[in-house]
Amino acid sequence: MKIALLGNPNTGKSSVFNMLTGLRQQVGNFPGVTVDKKFGIFNLSNEDHTLIDFPGTYSIYPRSKDEQVVYDVLKNEQHPDYPELAIVVADESNLERNLFLFTQVYDLQIPVILVLNMADLAKKNGKSINIPALEEAFPGAKIIETTARVGMGKERLLQAIQSISKEKHSERFYANARICDLDDSKGQETEATERYGLINEILKCVQTTSSTKTEQTSNKLDRILVHPIFGYLIFGAVLMIIFQFIFAFAAYPMDFIDGVFADFSAWLSQELPTGLFSDLISQGIVPGIGGVLVFIPQIALLFFFIALLEESGYLARVVFIMDRIMRPLGLNGKSVVPLLSSVACAIPGVMATRTISDWKERMITILVAPLMSCSARIPVYTLLIALVIPKATVLGFLNLQGLVLFGLYTLGLVAALLIAALLKLLIKTREKGFLLLELPSYKSPRWGNVGITVWEKVRVFVWDAGKVILAISIILWAMATFGPGDRMEKAALNAENHAKELKLSQNETDRFVASAKLENSYIGIMGKGLEPVIKPLGYDWKIGISLITSFAAREVFVGSLATIYAVQEDGGENKRLIDRMRSEKRADGKPVYSLASGASLMVFYVFAMQCMATLAVVKRETKSWKWPLIQMGFMGTMAYLGAFITYLILS
Amino acid sequence: MSKALSSIKPGQLVTVCCIQDSELKPKLMEMGLIAGKEVRVLFRAPFGDPIAIDVHGYVLSLRLDEAGLIQVNETIGSEVFA
Repeated sequence: MKIALLGNPNTGKSSVFNMLTGLRQQVGNFPGVTVDKKFGIFNLSNEDHTLIDFPGTYSIYPRSKDEQVVYDVLKNEQHPDYPELAIVVADESNLERNLFLFTQVYDLQIPVILVLNMADLAKKNGKSINIPALEEAFPGAKIIETTARVGMGKERLLQAIQSISKEKHSERFYANARICDLDDSKGQETEATERYGLINEILKCVQTTSSTKTEQTSNKLDRILVHPIFGYLIFGAVLMIIFQFIFAFAAYPMDFIDGVFADFSAWLSQELPTGLFSDLISQGIVPGIGGVLVFIPQIALLFFFIALLEESGYLARVVFIMDRIMRPLGLNGKSVVPLLSSVACAIPGVMATRTISDWKERMITILVAPLMSCSARIPVYTLLIALVIPKATVLGFLNLQGLVLFGLYTLGLVAALLIAALLKLLIKTREKGFLLLELPSYKSPRWGNVGITVWEKVRVFVWDAGKVILAISIILWAMATFGPGDRMEKAALNAENHAKELKLSQNETDRFVASAKLENSYIGIMGKGLEPVIKPLGYDWKIGISLITSFAAREVFVGSLATIYAVQEDGGENKRLIDRMRSEKRADGKPVYSLASGASLMVFYVFAMQCMATLAVVKRETKSWKWPLIQMGFMGTMAYLGAFITYLILS
Repeated sequence: MSKALSSIKPGQLVTVCCIQDSELKPKLMEMGLIAGKEVRVLFRAPFGDPIAIDVHGYVLSLRLDEAGLIQVNETIGSEVFA
C-alpha cells in the first residue's frame, strides 16, 4: 500500500517516519521535479507498505518549488505517487494551525490518520484534547496520540493503519471544499478564512487549556540567543566548535582512510600479476574508491552538528539573526553554515544547503560555496608560498608568508560574497523571496534522528556522487597511463638509457622513467597543448599537466609536480621539490617560478573549480549537469582572468 | 485606527484587521493570520528586522516588509512586557 506522510514543519514528522521505517529508508525522485523523494518500507502483518515522506508544509498550496510536489501529487489521482492512505502528523500543542492542513487532506476524501504528536509537550503546556470528540468531527478518519521522539505510540499507529477502511470516505469538513488553482489567490484566501473559522468552532469544544505557562523556557532562551551581542557571540562560538571538529578532528580518520587505501593499492600492484587490468584496479579503481570514502568523516561530522542544530530548534534562530545581513547578498541565514563548512570542504557544505527552502537562495549558496578556500588548497598554497614568498616580517611583527595565506582565504571569501550579490541579480525566479519562518520551541535533540540523518547523508554521497567521482578518476588514470601509439614506451626506454648513462640509482631511474611516461601520456600531451593558453598566466606545460591532473583534487597538484620533476616526495616539507622547482629555468634563463607566476598560480587555485568531487555533488544536489557546468565555467573564467591580471601586475 | 504590524513595539498585543492584497496574502492567512486573530509581538532581530510574533501558541518570524502588509488594531488595555 502507498502511504503519504504529511504534516507541518517541526511537528516531529521525521520522528514518525523513522519510528515506522527505521533504517529501511531510500531516496528516489518524484517524476519531473528536482525534489528528493524520501520513502521507506515497513512490514505490517506480512504486507510491505511504502511510506512516502513529503516535504513539511502548512497547506496543500505550495510556497516554494520544493513544496509543490505535495500539491501536484494530491491534486492528481493518476499520479504514480497518489496515496491510498494519508498520515498527517500534527503538533498537539499547536493544533489550530496543524488542523488546517489536516482538514484539507481530509476533504480530499483519502482515508486519513491524524497523528497528534508531541503529546508530552502539549500536556506540559497545559493543553489537553478530547480525542473521541475530535474524532466525531471527522467521520472516517482515525485520530491517535504519539510521542514519536521517544517511540511512544507506534503500536497504536500500526493498529490504526491496519484497521482503517481503505475505501475513500464521502465526508467533507468544509462543505465548499475544492482544490483551488495555484494562481487563484482569492479562492485560497476565502478557503483560509472559512476553514480557520470551522476549526476554531471545533477546538472550542474539544480542547481545554488549563495553565498559561506556555513557551516560558523558549522565550527566556530567546532573550539570550537572539540578543544583539550575545546572539552573535554564541553563534560564533557554535561555528567555531563545528569548524574545529570538521577541520581538525576529521583529519585523523581521513588520514587513516587515505593510508589504508594507499597501502592497499601498493599491495595490489605487488601481488597482482603485472598487466593493464591489475593497473586499472590498483591505480584507477582502488584510489578512486578511496577518493570517495575519504570525505565520509567530514560529511558525517558536519551533518551530526547540523542535525543537532536543526533538531534543537536553534537553526531557525540562526536564520532569524542572520537574515538581515545575508539578504542583500541573495543568501539566506541558513547559508552561513554551508559556507563556513566549505572552508573545510565544499562537499559537505554543498550538501548542507538542503536546509535552505528557497530555491534561489539555495542555488546561490551552492554556486559560491566552492569559492571558500577549502583544506585541499592548503598543500598547494603552502608549497607555492614557500617557493616564492620570502620569509620576512612586515610592520615588525607580521609574518609575510602567513599574511599571504590569510590574503588568499580573504580573497576567496570576498569573491564568494560578491558573486552571490551578482547572482542575486542574474538568477530570475517567479517566486518572491520571503521569510515567514516558524521559530519552533527548543527541544532536546533525538539521537536516533541525528544518527539516521548522518547515515542518510553519507549513503547518498557515496552512492550518488561516488559514481561520478569514481568514473572521473578512472578517466584521469587512463589518460595518464596511455599515450598515442608507442610513444610512451619509447620515451620510457629513452629515459632508462639516459639514466644508465648518468649512472642513476634504481629509485632515481624509476622516477626518471615515470616522469618521461607522464610527459608522453595523453595528459602530458594535453598539458603541452595547453601551454599557449596558459602562457599569458606565466605557466609552462609542466604546470599545465599538473593543472589537469589536479582536477581530481587540488592537492594532487603537488604530487603531480613531484612526478614531473622526478623528485621523491617527502611528505610535509617538500624541501626537495621546492629546491628542484627553484632551479627550473625558462628558455630565456629566467626562473619558471617567479613571484609573478607563483602568485598567479595561487590566485588560480583560489578561484578554479579544481575538484571533481564538488562537481559530482553539485550535480547530485541540483539534479542536472547544467548548474555544475555553469559553476565550472564562471569559476574557470575568474581563475583565468584573476591569474592573468596577477601575473601582469607582478611581472 | 489600524496600524501596520511592522510598527508595533515588542510586548504589545494586537488584533489582525486585514492584510493588503499581495502574493503573500494567502500564505500569511494559511499561517493563521486571519482577521480577528490576536497576536503578540515578541521580539525583534538585532537589526530590528525580522520580527517574531506569537500567533496563538507558536512563534512566527516575519521580515518587516512582510509584517508591513498586515494591518492591526491595538488591543485596548494590553499590558506591555519588558
